[in-house]
Amino acid sequence: MAIVETRNLTKVFKEGQPGAVNNVNLQTREGEFLVFLGPSGSGKTTLLRMIAGLEHPTAGEILIGGAVVNHLPPRERRIAMVFQSYALYPHLTVFENIAFPLKAQKVKKQLHRQKVDWAASLLGIGKLLERKPRELSGGERQRVALARAIVREPSVFLLDEPLSNLDAKLRASAREELEQFQKRIGTTTIYVTHDQVEAMAMGDRVVVLHQGIVRQIGTPQEVYDEPADTFVATFLGSPPMNLLEAEDVIVGFRPERFLPSELLARASSSEEIASKLRAEHMLLADLGKRVALSFRVDYVEYLGAERVLYGTLVGTRFAEKPVVSRIPSSIVEKFEQNSVHDFIVPESELKFFDRATEKRIEPKVFRWQ
Amino acid sequence: MVQGRVREIFGKVTHWAVLVGFSVLLAFPFYWMFISTFKRTNDLYNLKINPFIFNEKPTLEHLRLLFNDTLYLRWLGNTVVVGALVVFITLLLSVPAAYALARLTGRWGQRLGIGIFLTYLVPPTLLFLPLSRVIASLGLQDSLWSLVLVYPSFTIPFSTWLLMGFFKSIPPELEDAAMVDGLTRFGAFLKLVIPISTSGILTVTIFTFTLVTQEFVYALTFISSESRQMVGVGVPIFLVRGDVYYWGSLMAACLITSLPIALLYDLFLDRFIAGFTVGAVK
Amino acid sequence: MSSRKLGAAMFLPAILYVLAVIGVPFTLAFIYSVGDVKIASVGYHFVGLENFRSVLRSPTFRRSLFDSVVFTVGTQIIVLVGSTILALALKEKFRGRGLVRFLILLPWVAPVSLGAIGWKWILDSLYSVINWVLIAMHLVRPYDAPMWLGEPVLAMMSVIGVESWRLLPFSTVILLAGLTAIPRDIPEAAAVDGAGFWRTMFQITIPMILPIINVAVLFGVIFTFTDMTVVYILTRGGPYDTTQVLPSLAFFTGVLGGDLAEGAAISIFLVPLLVAVAYLMLRVAHRSEVT
Repeated sequence: MAIVETRNLTKVFKEGQPGAVNNVNLQTREGEFLVFLGPSGSGKTTLLRMIAGLEHPTAGEILIGGAVVNHLPPRERRIAMVFQSYALYPHLTVFENIAFPLKAQKVKKQLHRQKVDWAASLLGIGKLLERKPRELSGGERQRVALARAIVREPSVFLLDEPLSNLDAKLRASAREELEQFQKRIGTTTIYVTHDQVEAMAMGDRVVVLHQGIVRQIGTPQEVYDEPADTFVATFLGSPPMNLLEAEDVIVGFRPERFLPSELLARASSSEEIASKLRAEHMLLADLGKRVALSFRVDYVEYLGAERVLYGTLVGTRFAEKPVVSRIPSSIVEKFEQNSVHDFIVPESELKFFDRATEKRIEPKVFRWQ
Repeated sequence: MVQGRVREIFGKVTHWAVLVGFSVLLAFPFYWMFISTFKRTNDLYNLKINPFIFNEKPTLEHLRLLFNDTLYLRWLGNTVVVGALVVFITLLLSVPAAYALARLTGRWGQRLGIGIFLTYLVPPTLLFLPLSRVIASLGLQDSLWSLVLVYPSFTIPFSTWLLMGFFKSIPPELEDAAMVDGLTRFGAFLKLVIPISTSGILTVTIFTFTLVTQEFVYALTFISSESRQMVGVGVPIFLVRGDVYYWGSLMAACLITSLPIALLYDLFLDRFIAGFTVGAVK
Repeated sequence: MSSRKLGAAMFLPAILYVLAVIGVPFTLAFIYSVGDVKIASVGYHFVGLENFRSVLRSPTFRRSLFDSVVFTVGTQIIVLVGSTILALALKEKFRGRGLVRFLILLPWVAPVSLGAIGWKWILDSLYSVINWVLIAMHLVRPYDAPMWLGEPVLAMMSVIGVESWRLLPFSTVILLAGLTAIPRDIPEAAAVDGAGFWRTMFQITIPMILPIINVAVLFGVIFTFTDMTVVYILTRGGPYDTTQVLPSLAFFTGVLGGDLAEGAAISIFLVPLLVAVAYLMLRVAHRSEVT
C-alpha cells in the first residue's frame, strides 16, 4: 500500500505541440480508489502510463511510496497494471499467465501454486486455470488479468479502462465486483475511464482531466455538486448541466433541479411534495428563494424511471436558449410539444462561472430580465 | 539509475551493430559487383593492391564488352518478352480464380486455396525431366514458348494465393451494395473489385515478373541455343569463353539485371507483406 | 448464373492449367522412374524397381543424399538464427530503416543465379577478396589461402553460406510480419510483470511467433532441398561430388547424361520430404485457424 504522487508532471510528444499532460500535481491517499476521468485525448492514459513507467515524462517527478521513481523501469516500481485489452499471454494457460509475474520476479517455484490459487480464488476463477485465454469470455479474461495483477501483491494497482471491452450489461456487474474486490484487498488503486457514471460510482475521489490539465480533484459529491469550472460541470451528469451565458458570468443549473412550479404550488404539505419527488429532488422542498422561468417543451424522452424534457426558455433575456429538465416518473402531468409551463430553479442551486476563465465563482447578483 | 542508462546505451550499440553487420553481409556482393564492373582489368586482377577501392580510374570497357560482344541485350529482351506474356496469362487465370476462392466457394474455398498453394511447393527439379520430354514431343524444345507455357505453373499458384489475401480484405458489403444497385456478381467483379484492387494486381504483376527472371532450372533444361536463352541462365553459362570467366562483364551483367528488380521490389514490399499476412497469418 | 457455378467457372481455368502442367509431369516422373526411357529413345519398357535399385547402389547417389541433408539442415539453422535476430532488430522504427530494408532484401531479389555468380567471383580460387583480407590480416599465408570452392569441406560450407545468404531476407520478412502482429500491450504487460529483455524475448515474443517460424522453416526446407541452382553454379557438384545434392544429381544424370529414367528415379526421392512438409504445413495452418 503506497501513496502515488506526481509533481509538475508533463509529457510532450511532439516539439511545439501542446503537451498530452501538463503540470499535473496530485497525491493519492493510502488505500483509496482514485479515478482519472476525462474524454479521449485528455491525457488520462498517458498519465497512468507514466506512473507505470511505460512512458518517460518530459518534466516533473513521480513518487511512489515517497521515493522518486522516474528512472526505475516498471518492474521495479512494485506496481501492477490491467490493460484495456487485458494483454493476456495467448500461448500460456490461465495458471501460467497468473504465475508469470512470480516467475519473472524469481519467486520459488513451490510457492507458485499456492499464490496462484489464492489469487484465482479471490476472483472466482479457480476452475479456469488450465484453459487458454482464447477459450474464455470477456468477463473471465478480465478476472484473469486482475488475478495476474494481484498475485504479486503490489503497492499500487493501475487499471486502464478495464470495463470498456465488456457488454453493457456485464459492465454493471463487473463494476460492482471490482469495487468490492478493491475494498477487500485495500490496495491503492488508480483507475482510468471516460465514463463519468463509472467514475462516480467507483471512485473515492475523482481527478477530472481535460487536455492534459487537472480541472478538479474531489469526491464524487464534490465534483458533481461543486464543480470547479464549466468543463467539470458539463462533463459530469447526464444530461449535462444547463449553462446560460451573460456578459461576464455563466450561470448553470442541473436538469434535475429545474422542475415544474405547479408541482410545488399545488402540494399542500411537505409530505405530499416528498411523495412526488425522488430523493435528489428533495432539496427543492427546502424553501428559499426560487427563480421562475417559462419553459417551452420541444421534445420528451421517456426513460422509464424519469422523463427528460428538451426545450427552450421563453421570455427573460435568455429567450430561445435550449435547456433540459429531468423529472421523475411519479409526476404524471403531461408535457405536450410546444406547450409552455412555469418552471423554477432554487436560487441556491445556481452555479456561477466567470465567463472569461470558465472557473467557478461566488454567486453574484444576477438579472434574469 | 546509472545502471539503467548503461544498459540502454549497450542495447543501442548492439542494435546498431546487428543492423550494420547484416546489412554489410547481405549487400556486400552487390558492392563487389559494382566495383568489379567499373574496374580496369589489371586493377581487377591485381592481388597486391587494396581491392575495395578504385586504384586506377574506373572504366566502361566491361560494359562495352557486355553490350557489344555478347548476347546480353538479347537475353534481356527474351526475358522481358517471356515475362510480359507470362504475366498476362497469370493475371488472366489467377485474378478470377482468386476472387472465386475468396468469395464464392465457402469452406471449400479455403481448402482449395491451400491446395493451390501447395502446388507451388512441387519443385521444378522434380518435374523438369518429364517436362523436357513433353516439351520435346510438342516440338517446343529450344523455344521460348516452352517457358511461356510452363512458367504459369508456379506463377499462378503464387499469384492466386496472394490475390486471395487482397480480395479478402475488401469488405463484401461493397459488392452487395453494387448488386442491389443492379450489377450481377460478375459485373460487380469487373467494374468494382478489379478497379479497387489495382494496387494488389500491380503487386502481383511485379512479383510474377521477378519469379520469371529468377527461374533457372527450366530455362537451363529447355533452351539450348545461346540466342534464345533467358538472362538468368545466359549470364552464368554463356559469358564464359572456354574456361575463362570474363568477370568484369559478368559482374556488370549481374548488377544491371538486379538493380531495377530490387528497386521495384522495395516499392511494393509493403503491399506484398499485407497480402501475405492476410492470407497466411489469418 | 448461380454463385456456385460462377465460382467454379472462375477458378476452373487456373486449376486445370496448373494441374495439367504440374500433374502430367508429376505422374510421368513416376512412370519414367519405373521404365527405361532415355533422352533419345522412342519406346518404353517397364522395368519395375530396377532404376531404384541401381540408384540406391550407387555411391554417388548415397553421397548426394547425405549432401542434400547436410546442405538443407546447415542452411536452415543459419537462416533461422540469423533471420530471428535480424527481424527482432528491425521491429522498432528507427532512422534509416528504409535503407537497411532495401539492402537486406537484395540477396532475395536478385536472380539466384546472378547472386551465385557474384559469390563465385568473391570465392574465386585466385582472386577471392575474402582471401585477400585474410592474407592482409596475416591469418593465412599467401600460398596457403583456402580454396573455397575447391576443397570438399570448404565447398560445402561455401554452398551452405551462399544459400543462407539468399534465403535470409525472405525468412526475415516473414518473421517480421509475425512480430508486428503482436499487440503492443503484451510486451508492456510483460515489462510491468517484471520480465527483463531476455525473458520477454524467449518466454513471450518467440513463443508467440512460433507458428510463423514454423511456416518460414518449412518453406525454407523445401526451397533448399529442391534447389540446384546454387550448387550448379558454384561447384557443379564438385569437387568430386562432395557438394552434389539430389536435384543437381538428377539434372546431371537426366539431362547431361541422357538417362531420363535414372534421373527421374533420383528426383522421386524428393517426394517423401515434400509430402512430410506439406502435411506439417497443413497441420500448422489448421492449428492457427483454431486460434
